[in-house]
Amino acid sequence: MLKLLTIGWKDLIVTFRDRAALIMMLAAPFVLTLGMGAVTGAFSDGSNNGIDPVPLVLVNEDEGELGGFLLDVMQSEELADLLVVQTAVSTETARQQVDDDAVAAAVLVPTGFSASIFPDRATGQTGATMPIEVYANPGRPIGASVVEAVVTEFVNRVERNQLTMQVTMTQLATNGLVEMDEMEETAVAIGNDLFGNSQDAAANIVIDTHTASGSSDGGFNVLSFFAPSMAIFFLMYTVTIGARSILQEQEQGTLSRLLVSPTSLAQVLGGKVVGTFLTGVAQVTILIVATTLLFQLRWGNGLGVALLIVAVALAATSWGLLVASLSNTPGQVGSAGTAVMLLFGILGGTFFPTAQMGGLLEAAGKITPHAWAMDGFLSLATGGTLADVVTPVLALLLMTALVFGAALLMLRRRWAVA
Amino acid sequence: MAEPILTVKDLRKRFGDFEAVQGVSFCMVRGEIFSLLGPNGAGKTTAISMLSTLLRPSSGKVVVNGRSLLTDPQAAKQAIGVVPQEIALYDALSARQNLHFWGRMYGMGGGALKERVEEVLTQVDLRDRADDRVGSYSGGMKRRINIAAGLLHKPQLLFMDEPTVGIDPQSRRRILDMVLELRDQGMTVLYTTHYMEEAEELSDRVGIMDHGKLIALGTQKELTRLVGQQETLRLHFGEGQLMNGEAALFEGVDGVLQVTTLADELVLGVTETTAVLPDVVAIANAHNLRIRSVDIAEPNLEAVFLHLTGRALRD
Repeated sequence: MLKLLTIGWKDLIVTFRDRAALIMMLAAPFVLTLGMGAVTGAFSDGSNNGIDPVPLVLVNEDEGELGGFLLDVMQSEELADLLVVQTAVSTETARQQVDDDAVAAAVLVPTGFSASIFPDRATGQTGATMPIEVYANPGRPIGASVVEAVVTEFVNRVERNQLTMQVTMTQLATNGLVEMDEMEETAVAIGNDLFGNSQDAAANIVIDTHTASGSSDGGFNVLSFFAPSMAIFFLMYTVTIGARSILQEQEQGTLSRLLVSPTSLAQVLGGKVVGTFLTGVAQVTILIVATTLLFQLRWGNGLGVALLIVAVALAATSWGLLVASLSNTPGQVGSAGTAVMLLFGILGGTFFPTAQMGGLLEAAGKITPHAWAMDGFLSLATGGTLADVVTPVLALLLMTALVFGAALLMLRRRWAVA
Repeated sequence: MAEPILTVKDLRKRFGDFEAVQGVSFCMVRGEIFSLLGPNGAGKTTAISMLSTLLRPSSGKVVVNGRSLLTDPQAAKQAIGVVPQEIALYDALSARQNLHFWGRMYGMGGGALKERVEEVLTQVDLRDRADDRVGSYSGGMKRRINIAAGLLHKPQLLFMDEPTVGIDPQSRRRILDMVLELRDQGMTVLYTTHYMEEAEELSDRVGIMDHGKLIALGTQKELTRLVGQQETLRLHFGEGQLMNGEAALFEGVDGVLQVTTLADELVLGVTETTAVLPDVVAIANAHNLRIRSVDIAEPNLEAVFLHLTGRALRD
């Protein structure tokens, strides 16, 4: 066991002294994560779902309560990370601001909006439908769609409550529980009760990000996808280095020297596997710590993350060993390893979530460590517990056993020595 | 008779239809330097690979320090140190880190390993550069650390496979001195080389290999006695002068025993140089062969090889 660790530790040092390898192992995934984060604006705030606050202008021409209520919702603390709201007195000014690209959208609450919801005190009737208009900036499609989503949620809530209120008022009037002159006052009271305060309403207006498994969490950050995906993608590079080093030992004569010492082939191979595994674990751990410290990324349950790191590093190591067992020279390992790295990256959902595509692509992805590990990491990042990573971890360990066994068989055939 | 540390009996190695080592037998006693001399491809490295457990013999028997190499390889390995022909070190590690690593592979550790590493670093005169990465070393320095790694566990029997290949004369001299020092310290050394001068300088006994066979074995005196009083006359010609068939011109000269062509040289085995040389020069002139220089050597291992194989050692 001591020899295994000695060989493994030696490999770890050798790899971490290779400047080119360090660039690929640590700098490349970090820079790519950084790039993805910058593209999605994930760095403006650690808790805003990776999207910069959307500037909008609101014109409230409604004389009733609902126009103000919408303004309260949009300016509420809950949506402060998502929206930057300013008000304007005229629709023309607001539209001009959109045309000038000063804001992502203008929300125009028309005169009589509340009246179209609440019944008139005298007649008990509601006014004609007065839609809220969202004047969108085509140059800021994402921001505009966010504003539209918030307004739609608000309108849906208003419509639901309007229906509830109408039924309630009809029942009260029919049963003589409310006089005509009390109708408006009662309707407003019920309306306020139904709509609640602005904070409650705002709590309903969130970006609901769904993971592949269907769970959702309001605090999801897009970096929680890119950081693990890049780490796992480049983990395959690391195991390729480890695999290549097995054949390099053979080529440069150090394998022979190891085998003439009182060290068995199994110990040498075990040591190489330990080295590759340790390097992989170190790489992913460094990336996780770095993204946690620098991007304030939340990876979720610590023990779950640790289990996933170990399991994915084992699975990736076994694939690396299989590549080495099928190659004759270090150069072949490099070429085959790069091909596997790219193929697994695509199939495993490193660049885009293949789980959402379903079918053959999703099924093929399951032979890669990436798909299982991404499942686990995303579950944890979206608030999953240890139980949520049991399946991915077991799948990765099973994959390790199968692939590792196949690789050992191949290598034993190759190195039949005294 | 001194105690044998290595006994090799009818050692053979076959690769398909090709038999690289064909029934080699010899014995080594403690404290001697035994050289296996032969041209490239003679089977020296294959033989040493089997003796160091790296290759499984097709047949034969090897006993190291009383333990069979085939049935108890782990015990035999502990008694053996190997200095391979290639530089089997990690360039990214320093010399000291390399030595600590190789020491641990022989089960060493702690203070004993640390102390031993410093000893061998002193022995190979590289203590000042011990913390530099091996990748930054010259070829000669790498060779010395390569040797140091084989000495760490104080082996009783050291196999050195062409340890001076590809290095400058100064480094070569240093390594040869080191081998002699090791012998003086009581170590037994099996040294393979294709340089006759190295075998002559170092060896207590020499085994000459050719085409997988051990064709001669003994001390230098014993071996040179095989060729009698034969001397070696080496004629150097200008580049491109020797085409085909020039050797035949000299074969009938009285006193010439053998003629071998080697690049721009003719190597003649002669009974007495002074008697033969005038005739040889006359024949060369008659055929417009311009002799640029002449070397005359007393009976030596090269003459032995020439005598036994009809070829020069560097053929």
